Amino acid sequence: MKALTFKKGIHPKEFKELSEHKELKEVPIPPKVIIPLKQHIGAPLVPVVKKGDRVLTGQVIARSDAFVSAPLHSSVTGVVKSIGKFSTPLSASDTCIEIETEEKDEFAYELNVENDYKKMEPKEIVQKIREAGIVGMGGASFPAAVKFTPPEGVKIDTVILNGCECEPYLTADHQSMLEFPEKILEGLKIIMRAVSAERGIIGIETNKPDAIEKMEELVKNEENIYVQPVKTKYPQGAEKMLIDAVLGRKVPPGKLPLHVGVVVSNVGTSAAIYDAVVKGIPLYKRVVTITGDAIKEPSNLVVRVGTQFSYLIDFAGGFTKEVEKVVLGGPMMGITQFTTDVGVTKATSGILVLGKRKSVKEFNCINCANCVYRCPMNLVPTKIAKMAKAKDWQGAEYYGALNCIECGTCSFVCPSNIPLVHWIRVAKNKIIEIKKAEGK
Amino acid sequence: MADKNENKLNLIIESSPHLRSPRNTTQIMYMVIALLLPITIAGVYFFGMAALVRILVSIAVAMITELIFLKVRKKDLSDVLDGSAIITGLLLALTLPPTIPISEVIIGSAIAIGIGKQVFGGLGYNIFNPALVGRAFLQAAFPVDMTTWVKPFFYKADSITAATPLGGFKFSEIVTPLKKLLMGNTGGTIGETSALIILIVGIILLLLKLADWRIPLSIIVTVVVFTEFLHLLGVKNLGNPLFYLFSGGLMLGAFFMATDMVSSPITPKGSVIFGVGIGIVVMIIRVFGGLPEGMMYSILFMNAFVPLINRYTKPRVFGEVKK
Repeated sequence: MKALTFKKGIHPKEFKELSEHKELKEVPIPPKVIIPLKQHIGAPLVPVVKKGDRVLTGQVIARSDAFVSAPLHSSVTGVVKSIGKFSTPLSASDTCIEIETEEKDEFAYELNVENDYKKMEPKEIVQKIREAGIVGMGGASFPAAVKFTPPEGVKIDTVILNGCECEPYLTADHQSMLEFPEKILEGLKIIMRAVSAERGIIGIETNKPDAIEKMEELVKNEENIYVQPVKTKYPQGAEKMLIDAVLGRKVPPGKLPLHVGVVVSNVGTSAAIYDAVVKGIPLYKRVVTITGDAIKEPSNLVVRVGTQFSYLIDFAGGFTKEVEKVVLGGPMMGITQFTTDVGVTKATSGILVLGKRKSVKEFNCINCANCVYRCPMNLVPTKIAKMAKAKDWQGAEYYGALNCIECGTCSFVCPSNIPLVHWIRVAKNKIIEIKKAEGK
Repeated sequence: MADKNENKLNLIIESSPHLRSPRNTTQIMYMVIALLLPITIAGVYFFGMAALVRILVSIAVAMITELIFLKVRKKDLSDVLDGSAIITGLLLALTLPPTIPISEVIIGSAIAIGIGKQVFGGLGYNIFNPALVGRAFLQAAFPVDMTTWVKPFFYKADSITAATPLGGFKFSEIVTPLKKLLMGNTGGTIGETSALIILIVGIILLLLKLADWRIPLSIIVTVVVFTEFLHLLGVKNLGNPLFYLFSGGLMLGAFFMATDMVSSPITPKGSVIFGVGIGIVVMIIRVFGGLPEGMMYSILFMNAFVPLINRYTKPRVFGEVKK
């Protein structure tokens, strides 16, 4: 099938060869895990265990009654050593549950379960997804059950599985599609049933021909499901760009994909949904790519939530040279860490370890307009940045600050090395703050 | 409560992205300079040492002026080598008559950088094309020297003064053959005479994405269409479109002056409006104005509209419905 795509975007060097096609390796149970309570966008969770409690693998350790939330499960068997403030991948200090582990797992859920989702009502499926603590594993970490509960009167006709993995370096989704494509496909069918969609599409970038082939082989007898190759271009995996490429539907500013009758889910999330609904296993493990020029053995790992970055770095052979950055996620949108003690979250798709690089000088903007011509959202990044520097928040909003998806394309192409997306974030936060203060 | 295993890593905290495209501003500047070289060499070939000296003086003064301003404004002095001052000095020289007094070159170049660029805040902040600001000053201050032209290879011949093709046409109704215009064997400024060379390097400039193709293309199309339109209106003393395209500073201006990133629009629609505006203004000046040439003023005129154009040609946000 002809590869489709969206308008604009960029072609950064991929660096995927570092960890591409490396078989998934199960990381041993670490001596301790530090599980951040904040695993998703939405209501904060409250611990339901206390210091000294013995917890089992898969046992709920924190939850919230709020609608936009997902419970948190222990990823190990062991004793709660403390509940307190630790560094997390997203924050310098936030509440975490520290658990000292035992060598052998004891499971809080039944093993060898085989539920038939075809006999389940959509509501029941969504409830199972909710109880399993599933969030979007592509990075946004939005509670999946919420996404699969469209408001009254909204009809979802298509579920798109996101297998683009457009971030350079990362190969977790790619390897997942190669190693457990059946799970991913079954997960898609479960989502389709949950939201009563008649069509399923699996979008995969053309730089993963073996994954496309594998998934195509698998869906060839499916009536309502097909694989749609999409061009290798960043940010092809951004929800709005993927929907545009695959269906030609454009999600309006400020709206969600369900506005155009679509639900998008990451392939990793799909596999987790299969485990949750069919096998009854909550989400406490995920695939993480550890890669970069300063790590000895770039690899694709199966990791328990809460495993410290430092443990994974050691597992991957340690550093090979002086390290400048440790990044949560990919190089385009990832977040730099100031310590490697932080624990993996449900949305940690990669750990990127970058060695010392030549520092670059920031020049004045020369109005080259590269950012304008590449921004997938059609914003005017240079203007927003200038307005933000001048604290002209109205001006920043005029040029589209609130619609920024923070993909980093503008900063990437800027020949003057201006941290455009940083300034846009500043503007965005400020505008939202002002709007809140005005009660809008 | 920090973790006890705090290690001694010296990690950098920085906003994403952590990858950058290899092209940087300095490279862009030097690539443009490299593309201006064939035009410069052609100028020296036609107008000899006189041209070379003026080019070198103009560049040197531009760099010295830049350095002085950087020093006074307490900026990074190494910025003088970012290439932008060299481009301004070189472009200014290419728009000057080959025999203009050296003292005037010095004044023009100093004004270009000082008034044209640095008083606005330096690189990236100027509204007008700096080289053209310098040239406009010279045109106003030394109108005679700025319109005294020589024939190519004047240094070998006896008769030296000549008219430019546009001047000849406007004042004496002499039509210069197209072949001569293309080859550059006519009177004119140091860098404007060979339309063919400018066209070739100009196309390379666009292919390397060092300039927005919409600007030169819309200027050229507008000049052709507008000239034909004037023909239809029955305007007298009108040349054919190709004559206007390949004479005077039109090619040099369209490819290397109007496309100056700093002083041209940043939106796709804006670039077209800008180019159309230049095309119309230059033809109005050439046909109805007192001056035979109008490229410089038309670019400066449209430069002034760039902030406004940018504001009103903001692209429609992804998914936004047409209002």
